[in-house]
Amino acid sequence: MNKSIKLLVGLCLSVIPLAMRGQGLDPSLLAKPATDSWPTYAGDYSQRRYSSLKQINQANIKGLTLAWISKLPIGAGGGGGFPGVGSESAPTIVGGEATGSVAIAGPPPRVGGAILQVNGILYMSAPDNAWAVDARDGVVLWHYFWKTKGGTHIGNRGMAMVGNWLFFETPDDYLVSVDAKTGKERWHKEIADFNQEYFSTAAPIAIENHLIVGTGDDLDAPGFLQSFDPETGALQWKFYTVPMKPGDPGLDTWKNLDAASHGGAQTWMPGSYDPETHLYIFSTGNPVPAYTSETRGPGDNLYTCSLIALNIDTGKMSWYFQTSPHDTHDWDSTQAPVLVDGVFAGKPRKMVMQAARNGYFFVIDRINGEHLLTSKYSGAANWAAGIDKRGKVVRDPEKDSTFAGSLVSPDNGGATNWPPPSFDPDTGLFYVQLRESYAMYYLTESNPRLVTGLGGKEEDAVGSLGPSLVAIDYKTGNIAWKYRFPGATSSPVGITGLLTTAGKLLFSSDMAGNLVAYDPSTGTPLWHSHVGSISNAPETYLLDGRQYILVAVGDSLLAFTLGQ
Amino acid sequence: MKSRLVAILFVPGLIYIALAQTSPPTSSQTVAPTAAPGPQTAPAAPAGPGGGRLLPPAYPARPPADPAVVQHGKQVFAVSCGFCHGSDARGGETGPNLVRSQLVLDDQHGELISSVIRNGRMDKGMPKFEMGDTDISDIATFLHSLPTNIRGLPSSAPINILIGDAKAGEEYFNGHGKCNTCHSVSGDLAGIGAKYDPKTLQNLLVSGGGGGSGFGGGTGSASRVPPTTVTVTLPSGRKYEGKLAHLDAFNVALTSGEAYRSFAINSGTPKVEVHNPLQPHIDMLPNFKDTDIHNLTAYLVTVK
Repeated sequence: MNKSIKLLVGLCLSVIPLAMRGQGLDPSLLAKPATDSWPTYAGDYSQRRYSSLKQINQANIKGLTLAWISKLPIGAGGGGGFPGVGSESAPTIVGGEATGSVAIAGPPPRVGGAILQVNGILYMSAPDNAWAVDARDGVVLWHYFWKTKGGTHIGNRGMAMVGNWLFFETPDDYLVSVDAKTGKERWHKEIADFNQEYFSTAAPIAIENHLIVGTGDDLDAPGFLQSFDPETGALQWKFYTVPMKPGDPGLDTWKNLDAASHGGAQTWMPGSYDPETHLYIFSTGNPVPAYTSETRGPGDNLYTCSLIALNIDTGKMSWYFQTSPHDTHDWDSTQAPVLVDGVFAGKPRKMVMQAARNGYFFVIDRINGEHLLTSKYSGAANWAAGIDKRGKVVRDPEKDSTFAGSLVSPDNGGATNWPPPSFDPDTGLFYVQLRESYAMYYLTESNPRLVTGLGGKEEDAVGSLGPSLVAIDYKTGNIAWKYRFPGATSSPVGITGLLTTAGKLLFSSDMAGNLVAYDPSTGTPLWHSHVGSISNAPETYLLDGRQYILVAVGDSLLAFTLGQ
Repeated sequence: MKSRLVAILFVPGLIYIALAQTSPPTSSQTVAPTAAPGPQTAPAAPAGPGGGRLLPPAYPARPPADPAVVQHGKQVFAVSCGFCHGSDARGGETGPNLVRSQLVLDDQHGELISSVIRNGRMDKGMPKFEMGDTDISDIATFLHSLPTNIRGLPSSAPINILIGDAKAGEEYFNGHGKCNTCHSVSGDLAGIGAKYDPKTLQNLLVSGGGGGSGFGGGTGSASRVPPTTVTVTLPSGRKYEGKLAHLDAFNVALTSGEAYRSFAINSGTPKVEVHNPLQPHIDMLPNFKDTDIHNLTAYLVTVK
């Protein structure tokens, strides 16, 4: 190619941004810290949810204003009674293996997970639905609708992208690949057994020539993580998170093989990836039966409620650390494992950090799994007797669910839950939305043989100290600051996740309908906009020289930028 | 084969509605409920008996079977299979739990189960059984009649939650617990032991009647707890008082009779004082001991 043609191509690209549309995802973006685009679940593999963008910053935050709002079409009928900007002309592509129609109870689909931003297009999903939206103006470009066989429609955490292909999971356990340009389906593949009540909500993660796919189950099926070929959908490896046969490691922590192989440890949240070590680090859900634990034996029940590091090419475990040994409250430890490079005890370390649903914060060396720190970040958490020398949280059996009732914090929702935390390398602080709620936990079935999954228990909410935003100093485990959200003291409320940026800003919902920018050093609110019930973690991207802050409110997207 | 079965399972949409009412499928993957009503807010899902949000069930549900067939299947099962699998089919010393076995879950009318019964599973120590078609299909019907999941179902045997000491509860009420500073068993709590079942009463004495719902759920309870009120003091010294309608870092709103007032908050102005009548109960939560809770319940059920 000679110089003048190069120049011409360059001019076309800069003058006509539409020419960029439909170009595939540059794979090198995935391995870099989040900047202009948002090519994977957390913006990058580290799950810090920290963007190096700083066009929007503390000095100009007061000028942040709404750029566009877009309401997404839902269901098979295109607009489906939800006409909105751009939705009338957007094609709806229908897929799925269901032969009849299934009435799905509960709230309509909402965007609760990640929104990808690649080459000026946003890609998002909700149970049975996926969309592409123009990132400049919110116009809906296409809508994909999956006719479901059923399954638990509790959420969808987002999509993965490889080249020009998108991937998402469905509640009835399919992995679907569609063309990012048109929304047309390339293939779908069954990833788990619907009859065993698996349901799939995770965001797949694309890593080199692997697509890492997790799933979920609330009956008593075993957890597993799978790697698929992004081109063909062929299975590359499958890693079970509980012992499945005699001789499997961890079996001695269960009553017997039957208990272990029906022991849970689901993989319903995406993990993080360290390109240097080729380790995929993810975390597992609770053991089952969740509350009546005697049929599991007295042991730790590996590898439930654990951080696990797998070699991405082989699917073999490199190390694990269990954050809730022998959990008895259905507190999945599926919270984001956040990868941080920094100094710990005077030494440079490559770490993974997690603020777990049980109210404890962990720092682990991610190269070898060495435990570095355990601290309690929920003042209310009262279920444990202490922390042992190895950093293991020791449960207090008096605070298990009981027939007469136990007053326990956290409630089942946890001290936090799957909504993402954030780590800001500028402040060195780990931020998490904290819930300090209490519940009476009761066992309601006297015969343990009858109990499977989440059965045999009743939980009654009895009050809350109120939700807050906390900043944890990972070097000490101390709380650097705690901001109690005003006005939300009496009832447990939803948390939706965080974003930090190099503009010295921390974005969060305030649980009262506001999107708020806080000072990450102090927790002081600097800017807010009342948008309604925020349903996902805020994100940011840079397009045509403008930085946007993006957030979902149910079936609507709102993008903010600086006023001109 | 698969698609035909799916059609059988999914055409009757009514099954899902029935299932939704009997088995509230709260999930381990707790949904984040909406915290404040916004323009796009969905109506809140009703709380199920387990205290969780009602979420879509939509797993294969089987139509109810003829009780006589279930009973016959149960008898045949007990005679030939119960020794290894347990008479309730939930597993024994040598045989696995069949209620949640993948093969049984995949089976529709005995077509998968029959080959296991007739051929045995020699590698796993299960012998062959000679059995007629009807007996096998009745065993299948019996196995399919057992719930895989007991969520939302009542206990198979009564559970007594009254393990506390009523006398110690009375002492706590009038002493260390300081309950009598706000409450009286001859006043606001008169006859309370007759109004509620013990569990409801116990939850009420902890929460004060507030409870709550969402993100983990809770039945809460309707009670006569007075509303949270707020006093807003303007820089001029003028005060507004009323029911708290909204509070965040930027706005406070209150109602008083028909009137609704909203004030922007800037740099701590106006002054906002919230009065939550349940605050004493919230303050007790971090130090409330289960023994004291159980004793108080044992005492209050006697207040009739």
